[in-house]
Amino acid sequence: MSLLDIENLSLTIGDTQILTGMELSVAPGEVMGLVGESGSGKSMTALTVMQLLPHAARATGRVSFDGIDILAATEDQMCALRGDDIGMVFQEPMTALNPVKTIGEQVAEGIRWHTRASRAEAEERARKMLDRVGLPSAKFPLSRYPHELSGGQRQRVVIAIACALKPKLLIADEPTTALDVVLQAQILDLLRDLVAESRMGLLLISHDLAVVTEMADRITILRRGEVMEAGDTARTLSEQLHPYTRQLAQASMHVPARTRPHGVGSGQPLLQVEGVTRDYHGRRTSLFKRAPAIRAVDDVSLSMAPGQSVALVGRSGCGKSTLARMILALDRPSSGTIRFRGETITGKSEAELKPARRDMQVVFQDPYGSFDPRQKVEKLVAEPLHVLDKKPTRAERREMVAHALHEVGLDQRDMDKYPHEFSGGQRQRLSIARAIITRPKLVVADEPVSALDVSIRAQILDLFAELNQKLGIAYLFITHDLTVARAITDEVLVMHDGKIVERGKTNEVLDHPQSEAAKALVTAAPDLHRAITRRMQEQG
Amino acid sequence: MTAYLLKRLAIAVATLVLASMVVFAVLEILPGDPARLMLGMNASADQVELLRNQLGLNAPLPWRYLHWTGGLLSLDFGRSYTYSVPVIDLVRERLAVSLPLALIALALSTVIAIPVGLYSASRRGRAGDTVAMGAAQLGVAVPNFWFALMLIYVFAVWLRLVPAGGFPGWSAGVWPALKSLLLPAVALALPQAAILARVTRSALIEVLNEDYIRTARAKGLPYRAVLWRHALRNAMIPVLTILGLQFAFLLAGTIIIENVFYLPGLGRLVFQAITQRDLIVVESVVMLLVAAVIAVNLLVDLSYAVVDPRLRSRQ
Repeated sequence: MSLLDIENLSLTIGDTQILTGMELSVAPGEVMGLVGESGSGKSMTALTVMQLLPHAARATGRVSFDGIDILAATEDQMCALRGDDIGMVFQEPMTALNPVKTIGEQVAEGIRWHTRASRAEAEERARKMLDRVGLPSAKFPLSRYPHELSGGQRQRVVIAIACALKPKLLIADEPTTALDVVLQAQILDLLRDLVAESRMGLLLISHDLAVVTEMADRITILRRGEVMEAGDTARTLSEQLHPYTRQLAQASMHVPARTRPHGVGSGQPLLQVEGVTRDYHGRRTSLFKRAPAIRAVDDVSLSMAPGQSVALVGRSGCGKSTLARMILALDRPSSGTIRFRGETITGKSEAELKPARRDMQVVFQDPYGSFDPRQKVEKLVAEPLHVLDKKPTRAERREMVAHALHEVGLDQRDMDKYPHEFSGGQRQRLSIARAIITRPKLVVADEPVSALDVSIRAQILDLFAELNQKLGIAYLFITHDLTVARAITDEVLVMHDGKIVERGKTNEVLDHPQSEAAKALVTAAPDLHRAITRRMQEQG
Repeated sequence: MTAYLLKRLAIAVATLVLASMVVFAVLEILPGDPARLMLGMNASADQVELLRNQLGLNAPLPWRYLHWTGGLLSLDFGRSYTYSVPVIDLVRERLAVSLPLALIALALSTVIAIPVGLYSASRRGRAGDTVAMGAAQLGVAVPNFWFALMLIYVFAVWLRLVPAGGFPGWSAGVWPALKSLLLPAVALALPQAAILARVTRSALIEVLNEDYIRTARAKGLPYRAVLWRHALRNAMIPVLTILGLQFAFLLAGTIIIENVFYLPGLGRLVFQAITQRDLIVVESVVMLLVAAVIAVNLLVDLSYAVVDPRLRSRQ
């Protein structure tokens, strides 16, 4: 018998149809993977089960959990279920915990509420639960506050809250999307163990096919609120009978076609980083004392040829973004020099940097946050033009914006629109248009596709490859996603604790990693091929 | 935490010193000679000069500043020119009216505003919210002295529940004294409560959209519990800021309200002292008010750290 049964569920919010005839079931001890692109209704399915939908939402159909009709349940009945029989883990661990309460209070709160246990008893159970999720009392006493923990540690606390009362069903909505691959692997292991321990049902929501394949017994593929295909994970993904399933699988393994970019390795290097170190002041511990300085980047040297595509990979907090900021002259190294096209850019004034700025641009991770919502595309894409020596006329400016939009596959009429009129993928195209408008020689891309759905990610990777060929732009891709590194770069630099610990041809390093850090990344990285093969082997 | 505390304290002291210089300088620049005012228009130049010497008005400016601040520190505020009694006695007597008045008003406005803000935020956009926020809008717009007059008309003249003005003194008993402070406190508190309710509401609405509210709901806490346990404390920072600022407005408000209700408080004292050029009283009372406002803001800064653990561990 199923633990959770969703039959013919339809959901509207206001006038928008979110789900149509949704079907899904989870048995005790089973992991059900719910896959789909953003906006497909995955999260809304979870919130329907929790009955935490926005006010304007209307659900019809049948949702039954453990014999209880969820859609007809009163708020009091739901409060009794939530946190006790159904736990939920959310995507963003950085904001999922109350900043003004200790982790002990937050884990114990649900226990006290549901079991009417005394404070001491609840805290004891909270302690055990935190030990269980890998936060031992020596380093993580109950009195810690969320801001004293890292993202991965916070997600462990959220899991402890959700699993504190041994729920029958755990809903995990993109639980690892905000974490780096090594942390992701740890959290997934933890979830797997918790399922095995107490025959808990797990509804795992993700846009990442590889993650779901590694975890789920069965899989449901959702598109625009409708179930495309559902069934045994290994069979569904190996046979790929449904065209959409095939499309998703192909997109997530997509490698852009790249001919050898011209002029690589010839002549003068484009970028030379020599012995660069960056220290940050330690936190002030009292009026006169500071903790020792934190070395974010430690004696890093690298060199890039024109037109070359290089990946800088590493776990979050390894110093890769700090290094990128210094290359972009947005931050000054504590020591060492950075040369761009043979000229030193360290310690230069803003005016002296202008020619260099023209030739290096940046694409950020978040296509939503990197545009001013009140400005039109024309102005946003034209932003870097102020570094040109001669200010373009209005007509010239429109001409250049139109050209840049055309190059990234957008229409020139788009320049009179506002950012909110574009989808996530289109917005990332806008960021790229903004980056290439000055015809730069180097584009630094900081996790440029990790916020995008797989099919859009594939398109954006194609675009990067195409521009590399057509315009001879060199890329420095900063990422923790090895699939991206593999897809689009010639060389890879592995960074760990501020140092570059391994470098070489991308395929060689990723296939035969030598350093501990690189090995950890490669082992932890989810891989669809590998996951399917393993599933098939397990099932014979 | 200690570093945060010391830093706040140092800032408070520096502000106080700066304020004392400004107060002293402003009153020096103002025209009008207190000695002449005390002796009347017919006094001879010699007599005025003699009195100026007695009052110490002819001493050099820095010396007089130091003398004055030194006196303030040892609670010796000097003698009032017009009443010829030590200023400290005047202040002490008046403070017995004004301090309870301000505190009652502050307590009232908090007690009214926070529940109204919670109510409105939890029913955003519904009828209850619209009515409450409409009332708050009215409360912000209506001047407190007009509101005071309406209160007198209804509760003193019409219903005869409380006296229309005056103060019997604490010696007449706690209840009669409190009763005569009740209307003025309400008149002072309501406009402040209106502002505070609006701030509480908007701070709460922002907090209610945070992810951790969803986490709390997913734990199985009912909406009310989430509101009180998780949302309110996080919304307290802007509320505390406004509360601190309002204290200064409350003090300023007492000057008007004490005049409307004929209360012998600090506000009336400073008002009279200004018209009579009783500089030493004006200086002392203004410094006292400044010190009170700075002290309250220091308290607010410290309460931030109590509310938000992130401030405690930051430098």
